[in-house]
Amino acid sequence: MSTATSLHRRRKTTNSLMMTLCLVAAGIGLAWLALILGALLYKGLAGLSVSVFTEMTPPPGDAGGLLNAIYGSVVMTVIAVIVGTPIGVLAGTYMAEYGRFSRLTTIVRFINDILLSAPSIIIGLFVYELLVRPMGHFSALAGSVALAILVIPVVVRTTEDMLNLVPNALREAGTAIGAPRWVVIKSVAYRAALSGIVTGILLSIARISGETAPLLFTALNNQFWSSNLNAPMASLPVTIFQFALSPYEEWQQLAWTGALIITLTVLALSIVARSLTGRREDK
Amino acid sequence: MTTVSEAMPSLAAMQAREATVRRFALTDAIFRAATRFSAILVLLILGGVAISLFVGSWQAMSTFGVSFLTTESWNPVTEKFGALAPIYGTVVTAAISILIAVPIGIGIAIFLTELCPRPLRRPIGIAVELLAGIPSIIYGIWGLFIFAPFVQTTIQPFFINLFHDVPVLSSLFAGPPYGIGLLTSSMILAIMVLPFITSITKDVFDTVPAVLKESAYGIGCTTWEVTRRVVIPYTRVGIMGGVMLGLGRALGETMAVTFVIGNAHRISASLFAPGTTISATIANEFTEADGELYTSSLIALGLILFVITFLILAIARYMLMRIDRRTGA
Repeated sequence: MSTATSLHRRRKTTNSLMMTLCLVAAGIGLAWLALILGALLYKGLAGLSVSVFTEMTPPPGDAGGLLNAIYGSVVMTVIAVIVGTPIGVLAGTYMAEYGRFSRLTTIVRFINDILLSAPSIIIGLFVYELLVRPMGHFSALAGSVALAILVIPVVVRTTEDMLNLVPNALREAGTAIGAPRWVVIKSVAYRAALSGIVTGILLSIARISGETAPLLFTALNNQFWSSNLNAPMASLPVTIFQFALSPYEEWQQLAWTGALIITLTVLALSIVARSLTGRREDK
Repeated sequence: MTTVSEAMPSLAAMQAREATVRRFALTDAIFRAATRFSAILVLLILGGVAISLFVGSWQAMSTFGVSFLTTESWNPVTEKFGALAPIYGTVVTAAISILIAVPIGIGIAIFLTELCPRPLRRPIGIAVELLAGIPSIIYGIWGLFIFAPFVQTTIQPFFINLFHDVPVLSSLFAGPPYGIGLLTSSMILAIMVLPFITSITKDVFDTVPAVLKESAYGIGCTTWEVTRRVVIPYTRVGIMGGVMLGLGRALGETMAVTFVIGNAHRISASLFAPGTTISATIANEFTEADGELYTSSLIALGLILFVITFLILAIARYMLMRIDRRTGA
């Protein structure tokens, strides 16, 4: 009898110990998020002012802003999304619609998942070999291509997943009134999956807006205002990288402010993306 | 007469309809070809990455041969390059980060599936996933200015004092506390891969049939026993897939590590010593590399990283596909 109760007590103790550890683990995860966001707000807000958005990156030891870097990031992100989204959506369409059960789809899905988590610096090296070396110079165009390659797998994945969620009865209804396949896809499947596909695009923007590694040796950096796509262009992440590692206090401050801007952008994008799909799940 | 003309459309109308059908078939074929081409493009990108890295690193590979993998020296002046130090740094930091992140990640997943009150589940899950969305450069700047000084003043002296008379551990945790180095990088990598491991583990935990858990609870098991004896064995393959996916991330992570690794091309026994990883070396030196052989050696490093991560990620996906198939059936 006494051994039974001691066994029971031991099991209960182990249970509460392990559950406490799990609670602690969750606490650590949340605390870390709070610590990082707190530090960013504290350090970043100190330097946040209008001049950050209106002035160019300064020479060492001077005051200035991040205008050319923000502009460069926006330009390259927009081009990357314009180039990458159609390819991603079309590839996802093939996998979910035309080739749902084909061998090609299985292979593409596997390769796409690997591309999704492949180190982004490798993509930078690829675009360097593909564009920068033959052209002989760094350019914003090369940077955009590198980012577009990062957009594609995210969009492919979400497009395929979301199209697979569209009930087949909808497609059959479209086919039954005589619509050809591509009209069914365009007017039925895309419309039903629209919020999901938009989510994928938003997530891909969130992903590339903070990417630094693939830009280091494609778009390089630029201390000055440049809107020439065939020349090196500044970007927010690369500027942060350069400024944070510099010994100048003004530069380090700008790096923190830039980091805050990027983080808020990324968090806002992921929250909007999540609320789009969240609404779907609730229905 | 009128009834006949209604039932039998005129020749012109039939031709028009046939033309429409042909046009539809043509557009459909074009659309289909465009989607198929885009899908193949995804394969071409990965193929292109492999080929370009191979071509770019050819010069280094033909100059150094296999010794590239086993040489520690990295000297741009004498153009003697070996990848051993970056490979060592990459593997060690990734391994330690996984050792830290796996128990915490699984702990959070258990918390979210078994303990957490239902209304809090979604917000906490989202918060952990937001950690995954924060760009790596943010972890880098945070690591350099906030975390590294904390490691230098608190964590490193603690470990040095704790292990200074334990034979093996004393050399692992030795040397002056710089703040930056292998251990700091590993800890930041651990934070970065944590959300991936957590979210995949949580997803596979959710695939456990409720009846299995209920029968275990029914014979009087505690929550921990259910988790340990039912949930984890059932989802082992999926958890391994998640861990491998995290490992792939940790191996290839660039910017965060570049900030805090210290960029020293040598292999030290101490985890406190500065080191380097493959990706940090490329990020730091690529634009400054003068000379074909230097650039080519850096691309060869990229090729090594590509091969390692490709294998790890392929294994991860294979494992996750197996669990998908089981739940899909």
